[in-house]
Amino acid sequence: MNTPNSFRTGPDENGHFGMFGGRFVAETLMPLILDLEKAYQDAKADPAYKAEMDAGLKHYVGRPSPLYFAERLTEHLRGVAAAEGRDGGAKIYFKREELNHTGSHKVNNVLGQILLARRMGKPRIIAETGAGQHGVATATLCARYGLKCVVYMGALDVSRQAPNVFRMKMLGAEVVPVQAGARTLKDAMNEALRDWVTNVHDTFYCIGTVAGPHPYPAMVRDFQSIIGHETRAQMLEQEGRLPDSLIACIGGGSNAMGLFHPFLDDPHVKIWGVEAAGHGIPSGQHAASLTGGRPGVLHGNRTYLLMDDDGQIAEAHSISAGLDYPGIGPEHSWLHDTGRASYISATDEEALAAFQLVSRLEGIIPALEPAHALAKVVELAPTLPKDHLMVVNLSGRGDKDIPQVAEILGTRI
Amino acid sequence: MSSRLTTRFEACAREGRAALVTFVTAGDPDYDTSLALLKALPAAGADVIEFGVPFTDPMADGPAIQAAGLRALKNGQTVVKTLAMVRAFRETDSTTPVVLMGYYNPVYIYGVERFLVDAKAAGVDGLVVVDLPPEEDNELCLPALAAGLAFIRLATPTTDDKRLPTVLKNTAGFVYYVSIAGITGAATPDADRVTQAVARIKAHTPLPVAVGFGVRTPAQAAAIAAGADGVVVGSALIDALRGTLDTEEKATPATIPAVTQLVSALATAVRNARPAAAE
Repeated sequence: MNTPNSFRTGPDENGHFGMFGGRFVAETLMPLILDLEKAYQDAKADPAYKAEMDAGLKHYVGRPSPLYFAERLTEHLRGVAAAEGRDGGAKIYFKREELNHTGSHKVNNVLGQILLARRMGKPRIIAETGAGQHGVATATLCARYGLKCVVYMGALDVSRQAPNVFRMKMLGAEVVPVQAGARTLKDAMNEALRDWVTNVHDTFYCIGTVAGPHPYPAMVRDFQSIIGHETRAQMLEQEGRLPDSLIACIGGGSNAMGLFHPFLDDPHVKIWGVEAAGHGIPSGQHAASLTGGRPGVLHGNRTYLLMDDDGQIAEAHSISAGLDYPGIGPEHSWLHDTGRASYISATDEEALAAFQLVSRLEGIIPALEPAHALAKVVELAPTLPKDHLMVVNLSGRGDKDIPQVAEILGTRI
Repeated sequence: MSSRLTTRFEACAREGRAALVTFVTAGDPDYDTSLALLKALPAAGADVIEFGVPFTDPMADGPAIQAAGLRALKNGQTVVKTLAMVRAFRETDSTTPVVLMGYYNPVYIYGVERFLVDAKAAGVDGLVVVDLPPEEDNELCLPALAAGLAFIRLATPTTDDKRLPTVLKNTAGFVYYVSIAGITGAATPDADRVTQAVARIKAHTPLPVAVGFGVRTPAQAAAIAAGADGVVVGSALIDALRGTLDTEEKATPATIPAVTQLVSALATAVRNARPAAAE
């Protein structure tokens, strides 16, 4: 594949990133998607919208989030390198998205979409959620702005993310457990689309990741790009130069895209996306669409998907409800095919180990989702030189995962 | 091209009535029952057959058709088998139009070119692919038209006059008007509003307009048939089928008669919907 002059100009006017993306939706939704695209273009050009966004990010979300030098993890992994006879170990920074209000990066995007929904005069908000982080962020902003909120969540996820379900209800949202399919994120998204197609007149669909029909992948990426923009400025301030590598976990891929996008045209910045390998890629029980899938069409876009030879979508598996999705944002598929970003994967077991390691070494309990990225930091950092600056997106905090991890570790709480 | 569809809609129009379009899911609940049902539909009164291609994630379908697709997939239904069923149907019926209805991914993975060749050879007349709006016409619509298969577009209550020409541009065979903003088998459409909508669409196209989504009973079908060129019934047939399955969701001797009896009742209602015109 030819290397484009810039990796930051996509998508084209039809929402394509190379062969990926597009608008594969029912006709009922097509006029809504065109309206949304126009409303977003108008909002982007409106200084009042930007001012409202900036104020919300600063005073309500609590941005900027810190870029934190993870000193003890760095030292620990340098020790690992030394034990293997190497003088290495990258200098590791955490982009602290878990410190945002609601506990993850999800709120960056939700704020943007809710302010857009208000401009469009839509009083009812629907969302899908896996781990519940996007659902909580949506419920939170709906409470803040007095909007009706309905969150679709796979019934399995409802049971394994009980704290977030309670939070959403506390915030006034209606949580609808979805019993279809594997009862996880994919099924929640199907049901949210069915709601949207039914309630076209008053409802805004707040998609939580860089997937879905155009303009969602580009719009959500734009809202999340504040992560990368801040990282860039903070690294220049702290180290006087850009980082050497970026690493982030990927379900749909919004936290990763937010970190990566502002660096795509800095070719010396190495980029790693970490998919969920579940019980291991060979087991077939995983959520690694790029590693174990192929291009297909689902949920409004063409992208890499897990499926069988008949084009039937496979059930994903991951310990992390937030990564348990058989697809990935279309821009990631394009970055994968162009080679600009490298996509690797971490198993349930590796993520669980990193979850515990980082809790003990840094006093930060990460969510199981970024624990996948941390698992690969543990693997990669010792192989890199000491002056290598590596940024990992700590996209969410692990409080929501405590009951699940306790159960896995055999502790009753 | 699509001569079976054109011929059939014209024949119905000459009889002064709407066509009854019946939807069943291919392979529901199993291959043999589904093929026998397919073959029994024309005699029961179906003028056009929509044959659902099962998909794991049918975003525009309600619970009845979702479950039908999963039953079929569980019993091993594939795109290859669906085409084989149409081929078998054509051995004994060369006049009833068959339209495949489903989602894009199974076709995409089968391979668009190969699919069009095989579908045409099997005796398929047209395609309804829910998640391919006009904005994605290069994917399947234009290749299908070139291959001699009708690409039947959905028009919906959200398709306004400004957008209608875009939707109708590459449509062939007939126009499928989705009577409600919603999923299949959900709310019941208001017949007067549907009649107005059909008139609005017909002002833009010479093609027949069939109406579906939410039409369940013979009375509802008759009300819609009074003002449309075709009435599509799907979820109600699937519900009738499901009601006869045993506890393991296997077909019983009652399965095919339950569906064909409802089709007969619908066909009678559709035929009597416009008494003045029929005389």
